[in-house]
Parts: sequence; structure tokens; C-alpha cells
Amino acid sequence: MFDAATAPLVQVDGLKMYFPIYSGILRRHTGNVKAVDGVSFDIQAGETLGLVGESGCGKSTVGRALLRLYEPTAGAVVIEGEDIAKLTPEALRRKRPTMQMVFQDPQASLNPRMTLADIISEPLIEHTNWNADRRLERVYELMDAVGLNRRFANRFPHEFSGGQRQRIGIARALALNPKFIVCDEPIAALDVSIQAQVVNLLEDLQEKLGLTYLFISHDLSMVRHIADRVAVMYLGRIAELSPRDALFAKPLHPYAEALLSAVNEPDPSLARRPRIILKGDVPSPARPPKGCNFSTRCPKAFARCHEEKPELQEVEPGRHVACFLYASQTGSTGTLEAKEHIQQGEYK
Amino acid sequence: MPDRAAPVLDVKGLKTVFRTRGGEIHAVNDVSFHLERGELLGVVGESGSGKSVTMMSLIGLLPSPPAEIRSGSVMLGDLDLLKITPEQLRNVRGDKVGFIFQDPMTSLNPVFNIGFQIAEPLRRHMGMNKAQAKARAVELLELVGIPDAAKRLGDYPHQFSGGMRQRVMIAIALACDPDVLIADEPTTALDVTIQAQILELVKELRVKLGMAIIWITHDLGVIAAIADRVMVMYGGQIVEQAPVKDLFANPQHPYTRALLKTIPSLTGVREKRLQVIEGQPPIMTTAPSACAFRARCTHAFDRCEVENPKRHGIDRLPLGQGHDVACHWVAAPVSAETAHV
Repeated sequence: MFDAATAPLVQVDGLKMYFPIYSGILRRHTGNVKAVDGVSFDIQAGETLGLVGESGCGKSTVGRALLRLYEPTAGAVVIEGEDIAKLTPEALRRKRPTMQMVFQDPQASLNPRMTLADIISEPLIEHTNWNADRRLERVYELMDAVGLNRRFANRFPHEFSGGQRQRIGIARALALNPKFIVCDEPIAALDVSIQAQVVNLLEDLQEKLGLTYLFISHDLSMVRHIADRVAVMYLGRIAELSPRDALFAKPLHPYAEALLSAVNEPDPSLARRPRIILKGDVPSPARPPKGCNFSTRCPKAFARCHEEKPELQEVEPGRHVACFLYASQTGSTGTLEAKEHIQQGEYK
Repeated sequence: MPDRAAPVLDVKGLKTVFRTRGGEIHAVNDVSFHLERGELLGVVGESGSGKSVTMMSLIGLLPSPPAEIRSGSVMLGDLDLLKITPEQLRNVRGDKVGFIFQDPMTSLNPVFNIGFQIAEPLRRHMGMNKAQAKARAVELLELVGIPDAAKRLGDYPHQFSGGMRQRVMIAIALACDPDVLIADEPTTALDVTIQAQILELVKELRVKLGMAIIWITHDLGVIAAIADRVMVMYGGQIVEQAPVKDLFANPQHPYTRALLKTIPSLTGVREKRLQVIEGQPPIMTTAPSACAFRARCTHAFDRCEVENPKRHGIDRLPLGQGHDVACHWVAAPVSAETAHV
């Protein structure tokens, strides 16, 4: 589908984002919340990478660190050959037009005191030297593109419904002709019947403008619809990164398997199938477990999982999994060994 | 499965109006339904469809003003909840009727430990003393699967995770062995793996305690997983009502059909493009005189503009017991007859 020779548009390598914890009377640095702990992936031009996981797993932090809305603790984010994490502020500002973001809550991400035209033209004022007429023309163009009536240009955000507000947010993100857009849960705050409208719009725009998306969501069925490849995150690390169809047909990582099994299908016969119920809660990212981050809840965990952290490895063409069940250090025997573990029921 | 004995809860012709400065909002328009003993009734609809307001109206939880219940009756046994005094209603709430709210963080009091909050309804309604209430609280926490229950009684809500807090809420709702449990989007704020835990718990508790549950949600997947019967609400009215299997296998109302199609599937063929329901849900500023869904409906015809459709059965069973729908398009009794022969 994609030309293998061209470099990916976005390359993320070993991205870490730690938030320091200060405590005690002296406010000493006593630890870190490891929101993102060594994440690597790349996104091809024109592709949609889905990023899924539960709340607190670090998926939004990845999206924000990618655009350097946070200063990453470590790692490289290369977009079109330039390492975003190392750019000077001025170079970063010039780079901003290529990468934009659509936020989750359209209520909170639009200034209530600005009109729709002001909101959409703000990036144009910042990054172009166009005059007011030319900007307004572009605003109208964008409003047409996202399906907002031109008559609404002088209205304020509170006059719009949730779905329409999300369209405003998308129009603003498109203003400078970006190549890469991070969509951070763009449909989570919307009603079911409106979600489909926004997702269709995103897909149409991608086709028309050749956009590349990082689509962050916790809605697995929507990710299956929109994404080409999917990364499943758990507690700051990627558990599995696979092409969409392969992942949904047969998830390899035990967490991906449990996550898919937990989704309720709108069909009584499917929704009442036996499912994998995970015990307990997600551990705190300030104190992740010693071994694999998922080892505390994993139904298939064995001794090694509690001791070492598994690295993301390609176990089938295009499929990357961080799990010792598929460990390849010892070649195929590693996998065999793991399979024996399962068969002998050594896990709890 | 529910038997045909007298329903635990029987709601007839409920109308709730909000009086605001901008005029009236008709949030609930002539809603009638009943709840059988031991049944789990799912209520689905988008935000603003009136599903939460309906259930809040039943037990007098809406502040008045602005809310005003215009008419209707809510029979809980032989007690009409709309006619009794506030004092009597307080005795019903938390005792005969328990509820679980959407957000477990905001519905628990942050300054009291959970032991106190579970004991409160026990002491208020069951007249238990401190020691009895504490013993029962431990029992309840164990019932909802909180490990180390006795130790955790002294903990405050912030010391629990989201899923655990929702378990505490369920424990409080179950404290007085209610006949009816109203759960308003209890799993919406939770992650899917935690949601799966709570759904399992509710299924298990239903069998153990045999209470009737009204489960409000916008998630058709959750409904498919746990409900016995489903009501679909739109514009403050019930537009379709059916046993869960019938509703998903044979949806009648154009809104229900469209809603089921807008959700992408996790299995099976991946759809190229999602079906959408164009337009926005209505804001009901007057009592409906036409079909509330007409502006977004692909099947609307002239009659939909002038007459609000009434619910009618499609399987000859009495209203509320079989599959019924409020739509002129599926109305024609002829087609209903032939469809069934």
C-alpha cells in the first residue's frame, strides 16, 4: 500500500515523558510519574495510526509530546526529517504549521469570547502575513470543507452543538494545510449519532488533503473503522502494534486480547459470550511493577514476567508485541517454552 | 425471567417540563412503562433524549423549580410516588428504590469515610445501631467484591480507584435491599476492562438478590450485554420498546435502525463508510404535535408533520409486553399483520 522506499512522515524513537513528583517539606524531587516510558513507532504519510488504551495509560501524553506541547524527557520525534524534540523555539514555531491537533473537548478548547471566524483565522494571523480579506476567504473555504454554514462565521462557540464545535476545532487545525494531525479522542465527548458524522468528515478530509493522522481513542470499534494500524498502550508502554485487521482478528498480547474481549458488541448473542475479566486495577505510573507492566493483572503471566520488562519485538511480519510469550531471544524455543507454560497451566 | 405478576413499578403518562427564562422545555412527554419483578430494563437514548430526567422524576430528584411534573402516576406497589409527601418520599428513596449515578467521584461525599456513607441509609431506614450498621457495611463491601472490606471502611473516596468507587456506590444502593435499582450510566465514566468487571458484578448480584433494575445508558453494547427488555427514548418519548433480542434482531423505528447502523462493528465486515443520522436531536420547546424524529428521518411523510405517532404493538401482545413502536411509517396495521402471518 505504501512505498517502502519513502521514509515515514513521523518517526518516534524511545520517547519518554516523565512528570517529576516533589514531596516533603523541602519539595525534593522524590520520584517520577512515568506517563510514557520508552515508546517507539512510525507513521507513514497518508496513514492513520490508532492509539488505544485505557485512561491513564499515557496515550494523550504521547500525542502531546509528539507535537512538543510537553518537553519530552528523552527520545526523538522526527517529523519530515527534523527532530521536533531538539528544535529551537523559533525553528519549532516555523515547524508548527505542518503538525496540528484536534482536542477531545470542543467546549474547553475553543475560546468562548472569540467568534468562529476569529478562532479559525488565529493560526493564519500567527503564521502568514495575509490581509484580513484573504484570511476571511480562507476561513470561508475551511468552513465549507468541514460542513459549517458560512452564515455562522460571526457566532460564538456556545451557539453551536458539540458536533459542530468539533468541526470548528477541525477547521482550525486545517487552517495552515498541515500534513500531520493528532486527533486526541475527537469523538469521545459526542453522541453516538454525531460521532459517525465527525469520523466520516475526518476520513473525507484525509482522502482530499492527503492527511496523516494519529487517532487517539478508547473506542475500539471506532479505531477499527478508521485506523490502518493500531498501537495498544498499557501503563506508558506499547503492548502491541499491529495492522488493524490482524489485531482485531487475533490479538497477540494478553492485554490486547482482554481489551478486545471487554468491548460490548451491540448484538445480544455476541455481547453475552464469555469474556476475559481482568482482576484489579491499573497500577500507578509512579510505581510501575518491577517486571512487565501488565504482569500484575495478566492471566498468562509466568515467573519471567515479574522480573524483566519485555521489549517490543516483531513476531510476525508487521506485528510487534512486547510479551515474553512471544520472546525470540532463544529463537523459536522461547515461544515453545512459553506455550508449554500455558499448556501446563503454570499461570494463575 | 420475570413472571406476569403485578409489576414492581408502573409509570403512566409521565410529563415533566422545565420552566426556564427562555421558555419551557418539554423534557418528558407522556412516558408510560412498567418494571417487572427481577427484570433488567435498559433505557437507551442520546443526551437530551429525556432518559435521565424520566428516572429522576420518578423519585422526585429534580429540583423544582425549574422542573415541574405536569401529570402522570408512578405506582411503586400501591404507593403513588408523585402524590406522597416529601417525608414519605425520603423514606422510599434509598430504601425501596436505590440508585447509582454516573460519576462515582462526584456522587460520594469526599469528607466522609465510606463506612459512614454506607451505614447512613442503614441507620436511617433500617434503624440499625452503629455496630449493626458497620457489620452490614462490611458484608456489603464483600458482596461487591472489595478486598479487605473491614479495613477499608475507614478510607475516604479519594483512596479508591474509579471502578472501586463505583462498587462502593453499588454497595450503598444495595444497602437496604431495594425492590428497584435505578442505575444512571453507571459504567460510562469507567474504562472498558473495569466496565466489564462491573457488568459481571451486576449480573451476579441480580441472580443473588433478585431485584428489578432500570439501567440507563447511551451504549447499545452494554444494553445488549445485560438487559432483558429495552426502551429507546427520543425527544422525551419512548419510540420503541421490545425484549432485547427482538430489538437488536428486528429494530422497527427508523431511529433505532439508524442508531444500530452508526456503530462500527468490532467483528465481521468492516464498513467502508459509517452511516450517519444527519442533523441534531430536537429541543422540545412545546409538547410534541408531530413526530420528534421527522427532521432526521429518511422515511418521513406528510402524516409525520401533523400527528405525533402513538405507540402500537407489532405482535398483538398488550402494549409494553411485546414489541411496540411509535412511528407512522411502521404503523400501517396491514403491514404489521402481514409481517406477522
